[in-house]
Amino acid sequence: MNTALDQALEVARSPLALLAVTLGGYQLGRWLQVRSGGHALVQPVLVTIVVVGVAITALDVDYPDYRRATELIAFWLGPATVALAIPLHRQAARLRGFVVPMLVAIVVGAVVSIVSAVLLARALGAGDDLERTLATKAATTPVAIAVTDALGGIPPLAAVFAIIIGIVGAIAGPAVLDVLRIRDRRARGLAVGAVSHGVGASRMLREDETEGAFAGLAMGLSALAISLLVPVLAIWLF
Amino acid sequence: MIAGLTWLVAFQLVGEFVARVADLPVPGPVVGMLLLFCFLRVRRYDDQGSIVRAGTGLLRHLQLFFVPAGVGVVLYLGLIGREALPIGVAMLGSWLLGLAAVGWTAVALERLLGRPRDDVGTV
Repeated sequence: MNTALDQALEVARSPLALLAVTLGGYQLGRWLQVRSGGHALVQPVLVTIVVVGVAITALDVDYPDYRRATELIAFWLGPATVALAIPLHRQAARLRGFVVPMLVAIVVGAVVSIVSAVLLARALGAGDDLERTLATKAATTPVAIAVTDALGGIPPLAAVFAIIIGIVGAIAGPAVLDVLRIRDRRARGLAVGAVSHGVGASRMLREDETEGAFAGLAMGLSALAISLLVPVLAIWLF
Repeated sequence: MIAGLTWLVAFQLVGEFVARVADLPVPGPVVGMLLLFCFLRVRRYDDQGSIVRAGTGLLRHLQLFFVPAGVGVVLYLGLIGREALPIGVAMLGSWLLGLAAVGWTAVALERLLGRPRDDVGTV
């Protein structure tokens, strides 16, 4: 009896089962998204993280083991990021007359985002390592990890912050843009991609191809801007 | 499908290579994205090609690929709970300021250059 249970638990903790839980959680998220009529709060990535988080806590699986088991899924983030060139290619005509506003806006946005994150955290009494970890949160995860590492923050936490802020953008981005009266689809996509990287871009792609294309481009340009600006701003901030 | 995926992986590989050799501060996939964009423009790549079909398929599930890193939140629930106020305010405040800064700067410069747009219209 006991050994049968042990066997079952061993299978439940296997890489295959962890992959299945992740894919199953994602399907549940997609189903809920359709069922809710595409409600902004129901983002599949959020549903999946909650399902997997509960499952690995209940099964007592260590996160590094989970991470290794799902390398197969994480791998596709690279090719999918490359694929963001496709909506941009189809929308390339809309780059005309927007290159200068776009580049200036990305630099302004990166400075505002880095400086405000650090100063707000400091004003509310966060520790030094937390300030350094929050500085990069607008960047796509590999950049957030690398830049935080160089800055002396907590790299894996920077990845978590980046994904959380991505989810915030996916949930609230379009609604907040309406409140801010930003109506040019290029500027809308650009703004969400700049502060919520690929996760935000995934929401914008669902809304409109132009918004998605510019969100993807903004993610790339912001990655560059943030990695160049953080070391410079750090001299003044820390 | 596999032909398109092969192209995407190849562009990522070239991107990683360029980023490493030129010592760029951006990740290989972002360089790969810009290289693929140039390739698609130069070739006037059409919508039925294998790269477009595979890439569009991947992009539909972009959120799934963030899950493994996102689940890392379980390691930091305690820390996030203890520092909820500074983390919450810094994250949301700087997100909102950054969003407004990018959106308003882009729109203001467009207006300055004389090409304002109102795509969303009356929402």
